[in-house]
Amino acid sequence: MAILMDRIGIWIGVFLTFAIFSFLYKDNPFYKIAEQIFIGISAGYWFIYTIYNILIPNLFIPVTSDFTHNFILLIPAFLGILMLCRLIPSIDWVSRYALAVVIGTTAGLFFKRYLQSDVLNQLTATMLNPFASSNAVQIIGELILIIGTLTGIVYFFFSKKHEGAFGTTAKIGIYFLMVSFGAAFGYTVMARISLLIGRLNFLLGDWLGIIKP
Amino acid sequence: MKKFFFCFFISFMFIFYIQLVAQDISFTAQDNPNDDGGAILLEWNIPLSYPEMIISRSIDRENYIEIAAVSPLLKTFIDDENIEDGQEYFYKLSVLNLEGETIESFSASALAKAEWFNTDKISLLIMTILLGSSITYFIFSARKGKRLYIRKISGLDTIEEAVGRATEMGKPLLFVPGIMDLDDMQTIAGLNILGHLAEKVAQYDSTIHVPVCRSMVLSTAKEIVKEAYLRAGRPDAFKPDSVFYLTDDQFGYVAGVDGIILREKPAATFYLGAFYAESLILAETGFESGAIQIAGTAMPTQIPFFVAACDYTLIGEELFAASAYLSNEPNQLGSLKGQDVGKAIIIITLLVGVVLEMFGIHFLKDFLATH
Repeated sequence: MAILMDRIGIWIGVFLTFAIFSFLYKDNPFYKIAEQIFIGISAGYWFIYTIYNILIPNLFIPVTSDFTHNFILLIPAFLGILMLCRLIPSIDWVSRYALAVVIGTTAGLFFKRYLQSDVLNQLTATMLNPFASSNAVQIIGELILIIGTLTGIVYFFFSKKHEGAFGTTAKIGIYFLMVSFGAAFGYTVMARISLLIGRLNFLLGDWLGIIKP
Repeated sequence: MKKFFFCFFISFMFIFYIQLVAQDISFTAQDNPNDDGGAILLEWNIPLSYPEMIISRSIDRENYIEIAAVSPLLKTFIDDENIEDGQEYFYKLSVLNLEGETIESFSASALAKAEWFNTDKISLLIMTILLGSSITYFIFSARKGKRLYIRKISGLDTIEEAVGRATEMGKPLLFVPGIMDLDDMQTIAGLNILGHLAEKVAQYDSTIHVPVCRSMVLSTAKEIVKEAYLRAGRPDAFKPDSVFYLTDDQFGYVAGVDGIILREKPAATFYLGAFYAESLILAETGFESGAIQIAGTAMPTQIPFFVAACDYTLIGEELFAASAYLSNEPNQLGSLKGQDVGKAIIIITLLVGVVLEMFGIHFLKDFLATH
């Protein structure tokens, strides 16, 4: 029975894989079926996931098992209930309070985090003596790092016209950015190929058995 | 000659012995600095020749419980297991020989307490004050009527053109606010732009589709679009169904958006927010459909895909500056100018830091490094 279910699962997987691949040709009924199944199942999955992996372990169990130490959790629970008020048009405006708390808290929390990770840590990582090494390649690399960082920041100046020496510096900055984007593009495409390899493994291995996993 | 060698040997041995004896053997316990309590820092200076040491803890100086076995190489140990603030803890460091017998032991005691300030992060505080004060100053300047310049951002100038094109063609616009929730600043920046875009859509009597993949984003986007229609003086034209939820799943969401692009054939697509692996799938489908594409994200790994497949791309901070650019609102312009001052401070600090490093002075780098 288990083997039969396994085979059925593989055949459904194969059908849906080909249905999604058929999008490469053009939109068609098979793609539409696969798309709707995918969206419907994933939406249902995430709904159940939220209940069993977020609400129950982080709210219901702590509050019911040890209310004294966890009563503070009622605040986010209350904000959650405010969000549900969107279902009642006459009082849907109260959900704005919950949204305001989330956006305000996010802005405050991330200000410190980004200032530390994206500003100070990067600043100190770039503060180096490029001529400390005896290796010419390393010296050039570190000089490029310093110049690239400086000119990159100049590109992101918004309150000054990019003209003259300032404009040239900003232009050098965007060249540095484009080179790094090109490198990132190639690197990420290579990573995406692994997704295709995964699907081909499924088709040629699990389904047709041509290759051994 | 023999006497000379004998004296030399004796002197050498004496100096060697003095070096050994003079090695400062110490064991101290103190409150672990810059924390929120509940930890005691133990430090020792013991000759490295000893193979192992045992740390024991007691609260009454009588019943010691072994808490860790450490090597003299480590030099420090932070005890943060079941430590209560205000309670004095007594520690014993037992030095063992190769047979595992205690040959010497040292004692120390300390109380744990929480600190108000983490002095390791003074640099963060200074940076926050500098940035905060420059932003506040320019916000007030802008409010008083000072004209603040903001450079041209190409992608944003085409918003009106895209809406006009959509109206002429009788096709909708598509806005994708990324796949992250409201706890990502890029999503908030994208939604800010959605407000301006929806206002233009309302003015031109065009239509917009906003598929989302997070419940909080759904509520916020709906509020934003509704308010934009209200600002444009056309609240009756707002369709609540124009902002809709697909699924939380990354690729399920992409499949849905791709379907919308193919069937609705939007005149313009906007991808503004936080994107991951779906960026190229979306942008490529939009490109195939012939839509004007404007994208913006601060995800360094996804920008290249948008640059390759979209007509205009807002790179990194341009996404955050977009709202100020579109609204010309004094608060936002002042904030942007203040951030530019922050960038100038960063450039100067970096240059000074590099020069100091070249002269072997590490003060600035050490000061800025947060732990």
